[in-house]
Amino acid sequence: MSVRFPRGRSCFPLAAAVAVAAATLPATLAGAAPAAAAAGAEKAVAPAPAARPADLPPGIQAEPPPFTEGIFPCSQCHDRAADPKPRQLAFHDEIQGDFHHGAPTRWCLDCHDNAKRDFLHLTNGDLVPFTESYRLCGQCHGDKYRDWRVGVHGKRTGMWDGQKTYFLCVNCHNPHNPRFKALKPEPPPVPPSKQAASSQEMHP
Amino acid sequence: MTHRGRLPVIQDSPAVEGGLSRRRFLQAAAGSAALLGLSACKSSDVLEELRRRNLKELSKEQLQEMLARLEKRWTDEYGKKVTVTAKPPIPGVDFGYGLDLSRCIGCRRCVYACVKENNQSRKNPQIQWIRVLQMEKDHGVDLAHATPYYDPEKVPEAGHFYMPVQCQQCRHPPCTKVCPVKATWKEPDGIVVIDYDWCIGCRCCTAACPYGARKFNWAEPKLPKEEMNPVTDYLGNRPRPKGVVEKCTFCLQRSRAGRYPACVEICPVGARKFGNLLDPKSEIREVMDRKRVFVFKEDLATEPQFYYFYAT
Amino acid sequence: MGFLQFLKGAVKQVTAGGKAYKAWIALLLAMIGIGLVGYSKQWQVGLIATNMRDQVTWAFYVGNFTFLVGVAAAAVLLVVPGYVYQWKPIKEVVVLGELLAISALSMCLLFILVDMGRPDRLTHILPWPGSPNWPSSLLSWDALVLNLYLIVNLSVVVHILYRGYRGRAYAKWFVVPVVVFSIPMAVGIHTVTAFLYNGMAARPYWNASILAPRFLASAFCSGPAVMIILFQILRKTTGLEIKDEAIRKVAELMAYAMFFNLFLLGAEMFKEYYSRTEHLVYTQYFWQGIGDKKALVPYAWFALFASVVAFLLFLIPGTRKNWVTLNVGAVLIFAGVYIEKGMGLVIPGMTPDTLGEIYEYRPSVNEWMVAVGIFGVGGLVLTTLVNIAVPIMQGTFRAPDAPPPVAGETAFAPH
Repeated sequence: MSVRFPRGRSCFPLAAAVAVAAATLPATLAGAAPAAAAAGAEKAVAPAPAARPADLPPGIQAEPPPFTEGIFPCSQCHDRAADPKPRQLAFHDEIQGDFHHGAPTRWCLDCHDNAKRDFLHLTNGDLVPFTESYRLCGQCHGDKYRDWRVGVHGKRTGMWDGQKTYFLCVNCHNPHNPRFKALKPEPPPVPPSKQAASSQEMHP
Repeated sequence: MTHRGRLPVIQDSPAVEGGLSRRRFLQAAAGSAALLGLSACKSSDVLEELRRRNLKELSKEQLQEMLARLEKRWTDEYGKKVTVTAKPPIPGVDFGYGLDLSRCIGCRRCVYACVKENNQSRKNPQIQWIRVLQMEKDHGVDLAHATPYYDPEKVPEAGHFYMPVQCQQCRHPPCTKVCPVKATWKEPDGIVVIDYDWCIGCRCCTAACPYGARKFNWAEPKLPKEEMNPVTDYLGNRPRPKGVVEKCTFCLQRSRAGRYPACVEICPVGARKFGNLLDPKSEIREVMDRKRVFVFKEDLATEPQFYYFYAT
Repeated sequence: MGFLQFLKGAVKQVTAGGKAYKAWIALLLAMIGIGLVGYSKQWQVGLIATNMRDQVTWAFYVGNFTFLVGVAAAAVLLVVPGYVYQWKPIKEVVVLGELLAISALSMCLLFILVDMGRPDRLTHILPWPGSPNWPSSLLSWDALVLNLYLIVNLSVVVHILYRGYRGRAYAKWFVVPVVVFSIPMAVGIHTVTAFLYNGMAARPYWNASILAPRFLASAFCSGPAVMIILFQILRKTTGLEIKDEAIRKVAELMAYAMFFNLFLLGAEMFKEYYSRTEHLVYTQYFWQGIGDKKALVPYAWFALFASVVAFLLFLIPGTRKNWVTLNVGAVLIFAGVYIEKGMGLVIPGMTPDTLGEIYEYRPSVNEWMVAVGIFGVGGLVLTTLVNIAVPIMQGTFRAPDAPPPVAGETAFAPH
């Protein structure tokens, strides 16, 4: 279990994620790193990006959304629009029971599209795939979204001046209970009074 | 110590080769201590060490020869293929580091990722290049009310915030000024480096550093073979001998190859930012343009290249 | 040829002696033995055999080094009255001060050596094949000036003693300028050592302009204390003529030095306690302790008490004249300055450390053993040199072909 998924979700199968991400990730995000390098040509302040390491599969720019095993696509079960009135559901208990994202003024269909359950929707009705869920988060959390787009908010790994992996908001923040969970810290350092030569070293 | 946060897309360190049987840590420690206790290195290397000049005075051939010798020595010692590079700084790069104090939760994953990447001694002495201080919110950044020894069940603890401290790669380093033998200096890309095979272990630099960044190998380092990271750089994470000073080098074996330092990659809350200060589009420049940035112990005018900020 | 004869004779002088002398030498050799055992463990295991850690990275060894640099510099307290003011009673015994300086310097260099993580890399500090960090590193300056001062003292001493052995006067053209040069050199060695601490902005306790003047003031209290006691021992054991007034004058000069030292201490205390900045914490740790961390507090107050009492004993002519109170004062002043320079300077400078942590340091058994060994070496060096010098001064150790000593002649008045 990776520390970045405190709620214990496992990744959606990689192949499906590749297909979804490659098809839908906006060009601006994918192009951000190489664009910086291209811009550098005017003023020669930044060097050309370092070559991609050989172990990096092509095309992946962002972490896939952390779906629970088997839960996507939602249209497996949800094949038609449902009652739009906020109510208690008979299913998805683990989410309902732990919902802390604007309750009681928000409920499921404020983010999940009623007609097309495989998508989320923005306030103006536009559909948003799960791989672009950050657009939805950014509607209310604009300052975080702006910071996230330039890498100031949230985690990135890879090349500081080249290919990077971004993390979707939902990779770290459970959208139904977004507050970052407390973690068990790694052990404290050994204090100086306890750092000593082992007795074997002192008396061999 | 399992939270390395391995990502599905990028490996943060190359696969370790060699199928060694696990040896008891103390056996290895005692064995190497006995073997290496009476002399710092094998006899053939002793002569080379005596003849050596300061790193900056070595020719290319002498440097390559030295690296080859070290590779052979450590490959034999650790039982895996060890590489030792001497990566030069990338032209046009001046590294900057940002640490978001509003995000750090004091989990210490950075401390241990660093130890794993950089081959520190694990025990007697335990060397950690990053020290996370727990501070009290109502006192602010106040060292009189700070401790690195916090150990609660979960972090962050209410009423506290966390401030990791490591080498600040100062623009006016007090440490390089006082070294009597020019074993430590600031490189063009901003990293303050140490030549571990030149250091005489006087600890002047340790006394002079305002940030407690420099650590000393008080005994022969205890680096278990199975935990040794074999991808090393001479000024970066190569294994150190007894009796020399060491410190954070912004993982120069990674950063000079274009990669983020280990601490940046492991941080689960994305509190660490790294990049080229000369690139206006880099994350670190975005931090400096958008956020309230400060440096630690500013009154000492060391002008660190390590910036603390509050994203919110 | 003659020099070889001199060396042979010198060895005879050093090895001959009564029961008390032989016991003293045995004690020194035992101390050196202890030191060797301790150091071999340290060499094998590393500096982890000491109680120094990253939080308190300089401690007992460096504290002793700093104190002994002061002792070495204190020869100046004899040189100035002797050679600048030509005051005969002291001029006759200046060479003994220089012998003390040589002994102290050899201990200084040994303390630095045992404190180094890699003494096998000592050559790195030489211009070739090393790379000394000129002029920026105070430690490379210290290496230079300490060795230069040692050479200055050795060359003068060897010249004077060899000439005395041959029954000839020393060469004024050589000795006087070199001895006079040793005055700024003595000030120099201690100022450079002070600057080593002073220049570290990371350690606010040391980063005070008052440090260099305080170093000098306390230095002039410590070395001469040894000389006062040494002179009395020599008078008793060898019959060497040293005038009472010489000894008392040294004590008087020490009183003025101690006054200056106490004044500077007062100035430091005022600044710290009145301004009450964050930096008070180091002074506070030394004099009051912080929380339950109070390890140094008894030493702080004892050192102050010893220094003040010694100051009064040396200041008041009556107690200065009385041999008992004079010697009590000498011991107290030595103890007071030893504590102040060692525990009072190095440890509080590092406690709390740069990140606010308090690690209460105490020397380990290993450090005590090594220090005892180094003091044994210093004692042996001093004993050896004194046992060569005094017979030459008295005229009993002479080259066979040298003219017999004239009554009233000393080795130090060119005739």
